[in-house]
Amino acid sequence: MQPSTKKRPLYGLIAEFDNPSDLLSAAHRARAEGYRRMDAFTPLPIEGLAEAVGFEKTRLPLVVFIGGLCGCIGGFLLQYYPNVIDYPLNIGGKPLNSWPAFVPITFEMTILAAALTTVFGMLAMNGLPTPYHPVFNAPRFEMASRNRFFLCIKARDPKFDLKRTREFMQGLKAREVSEVEA
Amino acid sequence: MNGTDTLQSGVMRLEKRALILGLAALVVCAAGGFDSPVQFFRSYLLGYIFWLGVALGCAAILMLHHLVGGGWGFPIRRMLESGTRTLLLMAAFTVPLLFGLRQLYVWANPANAPAEMAITGKALYLNIPFFIVRTVIYFAAWILVTHFLNKWSLEQDRTANPDLTHRLQSLSGPGLLIYGLTATFASIDWVMSLEPSWTSTIYGMIFMVTQALSAMSLVIVVMLLLSKTKPLSDLISPLALNDLGNLLLTFTMLWAYLSFSQFLIIWSGNLPEEITWYAARATGGWAWVAVLLIVFHFAVPFLLLLSRFVKRRIRLLAAVATGLILMSLIDLFWLMAPAYDRAGPQFHWMDWMAVIGIGGVWFWRFASQLKRNPLVPLHDPRLPQGATHHA
Repeated sequence: MQPSTKKRPLYGLIAEFDNPSDLLSAAHRARAEGYRRMDAFTPLPIEGLAEAVGFEKTRLPLVVFIGGLCGCIGGFLLQYYPNVIDYPLNIGGKPLNSWPAFVPITFEMTILAAALTTVFGMLAMNGLPTPYHPVFNAPRFEMASRNRFFLCIKARDPKFDLKRTREFMQGLKAREVSEVEA
Repeated sequence: MNGTDTLQSGVMRLEKRALILGLAALVVCAAGGFDSPVQFFRSYLLGYIFWLGVALGCAAILMLHHLVGGGWGFPIRRMLESGTRTLLLMAAFTVPLLFGLRQLYVWANPANAPAEMAITGKALYLNIPFFIVRTVIYFAAWILVTHFLNKWSLEQDRTANPDLTHRLQSLSGPGLLIYGLTATFASIDWVMSLEPSWTSTIYGMIFMVTQALSAMSLVIVVMLLLSKTKPLSDLISPLALNDLGNLLLTFTMLWAYLSFSQFLIIWSGNLPEEITWYAARATGGWAWVAVLLIVFHFAVPFLLLLSRFVKRRIRLLAAVATGLILMSLIDLFWLMAPAYDRAGPQFHWMDWMAVIGIGGVWFWRFASQLKRNPLVPLHDPRLPQGATHHA
């Protein structure tokens, strides 16, 4: 690493905690203080943390529903078009638009499209894959997958002010507060 | 303590009203029966099959919960157990039905039994003595299994013995197997044999799903009525409601899946002895009933139950459940009534009276059993953390 003379832009401030309850109460206090753009990093799922850092609602179910609907309509047309319009064939004296026979494939296509939308929609809405994330610049960040708990307040938070935010975070029972380069 | 008192008086009021309403409806029905005994037995069979289905559905869901566990089962367990304790009453309700076998079933009357039955050997199975023997076996099996399910669960309330949970679990596996077999044969005996020349192997499954669906719906409505009561209200969380809503969604989808499978196979085959069953249910006004079932027994509850907003609010969930109870009844009517009357769908006044009559007495028995014991199981080791000290 080259020691750079010019300081790189700031991603945010990160605080390191020893246990989940300190992190949770810190997140609640930060939210009460008015911070909105923050993120937490923990080695295990902590109940209530997602709500505390401001994760309220996901639009994924709506996207999946639309995906399923497309699969449903597409699956039906996939059978309707060849059987009725493109290549009509009399099979066992049944009507050309034999919709009961189309239902199983329509159903399967609905499930397939909904499942694919779930996986890829989830990835897209999470911004994945992300080859580079600034939070890995934080010191000892690898401990987030072992026994340390991190809370990061991002610089793009409207209430972010390097000096005041640092003072606020230092008052949160954190082991250490450090700057994260973008 | 206060909560328990209001529960007692609230349930007591409902319980007495249900009994009076039920008995009055049954008396009116019986009076109508003097005029037209055939219609009486047809209506009575509809009410009987519906409420027996609710009791059996309670038993099936109860055993499912003992077998797999899960937080969703604890708020409804005592209701399911009370539902299974109505089986003795349903056994008593079977007796009048036995006097109407000749009026109800063509096979019971040798004079007009289809000649085909003698050839295919169906008469060996479909005859009055064997029918009665089978009915006795079904009820003996149901009452025996549910007796132990209730006994051990209440014993755990008194003794706090954690081994009883394992014993309940061990009974529930074979119990569900027994339920599957007996419910299949019972549905063939009582309903499918109304048209003895028609068969479908998926029929029993459709009945079992309808039983689970109507039982789950009823239990959710009762849970709403009791949701302010103290020990129970601690167990009713949005998460538990979400699980119950998902189960309701599963039963709704399974009903549609099985019903459609039966239709698709028979429609594709288009064989005269099979398709006539659907032809009778799609002509006259019956086609409208079929469309009603597709829309309100499947499409609307399916879309509503997809949404967490609905599943996590007990009032909305209970509203969907109420609709499903009504649709289960109409489904049963659509399965049974075209067997007698090909003219079109008309609810005879005695149909309503029989459903309300048997239902009123059923509910009286259900409520009187429910208030005898604590509303939540007290010492199940699998009870969610934090709920134990409230109870």
